[in-house]
Amino acid sequence: MEILVCVKRVPDTAENEFELNAEGNDLDRDDLVYSVNEWDNYAVEEAIRIVDNLGGSITVVTVGDDEAEEVLRREMAMGANNGVLLSDDAFEGSDGRGIATLLKAEVETGNYDLILTGAQADEGAGQVGGMLAAMLDYPYASLVNKIEPGEGKIKVGREIEGGNQEMNEIELPCVLSIQTGINEPRYVGIRGIRKVAGVEIPVKGAGDLGVDAGSVGEAGAKTKRVDYFVPDPGDGAEMLDGDTDEIIEKLIEKLKAKGGL
Amino acid sequence: MTRIFAYVPFKNGVTDDVALEYPDAAKKIDAGASLTAVVTGHGADLDNVADALTKTYSEVIKIDNEALAYPNAEIVRKALTHVIPADAIVLVPHDTFGMDLAPGLSIKLDSAYAADVVDFEGMDGATLKLIRQELGGAVSTHVTCDAASGAVITIRPGTFAPADEEGASGTVVDKSGEAGDLSAKRTFLEVVEAEVGDVDITKSDVLVSIGRGIEDEDNIEMAQDLADAMGGVVACSRPIVDAKWLEKSRQVGTSGQTVKPKIYMAMGISGSFQHMGGIKGNPFIVAVNKNPKAPIFQVADVGIVEDILDFMPELQEAIEDL
Ligand SMILES: Cc1cc2nc3c(=O)[nH]c(=O)nc-3n(C[C@H](O)[C@H](O)[C@H](O)COP(=O)(O)OP(=O)(O)OC[C@H]3O[C@@H](n4cnc5c(N)ncnc54)[C@H](O)[C@@H]3O)c2cc1C
Ligand SMILES: Nc1ncnc2c1ncn2[C@@H]1O[C@H](COP(=O)(O)O)[C@@H](O)[C@H]1O
Repeated sequence: MEILVCVKRVPDTAENEFELNAEGNDLDRDDLVYSVNEWDNYAVEEAIRIVDNLGGSITVVTVGDDEAEEVLRREMAMGANNGVLLSDDAFEGSDGRGIATLLKAEVETGNYDLILTGAQADEGAGQVGGMLAAMLDYPYASLVNKIEPGEGKIKVGREIEGGNQEMNEIELPCVLSIQTGINEPRYVGIRGIRKVAGVEIPVKGAGDLGVDAGSVGEAGAKTKRVDYFVPDPGDGAEMLDGDTDEIIEKLIEKLKAKGGL
Repeated sequence: MTRIFAYVPFKNGVTDDVALEYPDAAKKIDAGASLTAVVTGHGADLDNVADALTKTYSEVIKIDNEALAYPNAEIVRKALTHVIPADAIVLVPHDTFGMDLAPGLSIKLDSAYAADVVDFEGMDGATLKLIRQELGGAVSTHVTCDAASGAVITIRPGTFAPADEEGASGTVVDKSGEAGDLSAKRTFLEVVEAEVGDVDITKSDVLVSIGRGIEDEDNIEMAQDLADAMGGVVACSRPIVDAKWLEKSRQVGTSGQTVKPKIYMAMGISGSFQHMGGIKGNPFIVAVNKNPKAPIFQVADVGIVEDILDFMPELQEAIEDL
């Protein structure tokens, strides 16, 4: 199987307290810790397991700036064979459709049987996989938590409400978005990263991909983020303060009043 | 005039709750818009659902075909692409079906797309202004969406105010004949029900629920001890199950259990909507999180900024001393 896995470099929600910048129109990005989108690690791990069983190779691709290269290297340290960075000033400000347009162009340079994305990334959209599939006219299944490879067709489980699993048969080539929990992604140590540090990663711009720069980036985006804001904290929880003993005392009173003790 | 088409999923003849939430969303998009419900399926269930929706919608489009008996997103997409006008605004719930259907539908309709919308601020010409969240709810964003050639929008379930069911006396329009070719490269096989676990978290009045903030499998014991002291049981968020530290039946959320406790102690949980979506019955929610900006503090009743690994044993001791 030839597998393409789409990965994205995102701010790590577990490692950051998000603040707005002074103008209030963007996050304060200076001290943000970035990592690979959580869902994408599961997608790469699944690709590795499939190739271990059936042979083939794995390419990881990302649309991003120079710094996005680090996530490709991380996934190559995990076990992906090749990396491709799609990067061009003209790609900046792309909406989901723009990203999918670029990924489609990359897909068409190869001969992939299977294309994997994460179920969603930092923007909580869950859009790129489904768009890419529709553009390619490939079948698609989202939130996949089981893959049973076969000849020409594969069986996939989709996680639906309540943790139930919807089993489907899907023709190859296809696009699948991968849900967390499908496997346990392997750990990547510093040594693994070092081993791939010297590997050449091709960078492709609009010209290389044959994509009209006006159809992607800010120019092509139909959906645009205007600003970030943090909702008024006034309508939130009653915050208990003081030292820990005081907090516990107040909490216990409240729990008693609510019948919880 | 803005034309809005709302896709209504249903199961066993019962419409999804979102059916009553669309009218509020539509009003916020454009108070003067026309709103049409769209249902797809096969047979008596579909007819009943379409009839029932005429109480809420002035127009209900139904598409009946054997191929639509199970809502396979690829087939539903094909049917909708033939029936919905290209410049319309299409509403779909942001759930596991909507995530499967809507992104591809936007491509086939050549429309703009916006996912998981939590509020609308109206139309400015052909530009739809809306609000969504990013980074697991940590920040909100204003977004503009160029709807000149249509837009597909998924809305967050449970966010818009439910309408009264009896407002309208609409008509059903049968568009089954316009559905076109409904062959698909993806075939539905079966639904495998989630496994039942040893502990039933849906039966307990007190849940001590742990999230990624528990940091290590060994620390779960602290939560268990606290739960024992409170006479409750331990539940969790999704990453704890993904890590295989607890079984799936302990997971609270849209892809886990729906719980209705009296007290919900959220320990090191950020408060994503998929997690909070599993908490019903308006329990008293206590959130303990070391990040004062954690989104869960926007929805909890009581918030405490502490490290749960220090806080849980102290709280347990204080309760045992009562
Ligand atoms: C289709 C779909 C369905 C989903 N279904 C579910 C579902 O059913 N249930 C569910 O839970 N999730 C579900 N998710 C995942 C969901 O989007 C979130 O990723 C998940 O809920 C996050 O879990 P968390 O809050 O434990 O982790 P995080 O978001 O990582 O939050 C951890 C929190 O712990 C805090 N913390 C860290 N260390 C400490 C400490 N020592 N003391 C105190 N606080 C600490 C951090 O500040 C942070 O706020 C679903 C996602 C998708 C796409
Ligand atoms: N910039 C990007 N480069 C490569 N893949 C992406 C990019 N953005 C999103 N994806 C893929 O699409 C998935 C879903 O992201 P999203 O649709 O943005 O929520 C991610 O998990 C990635 O697999």
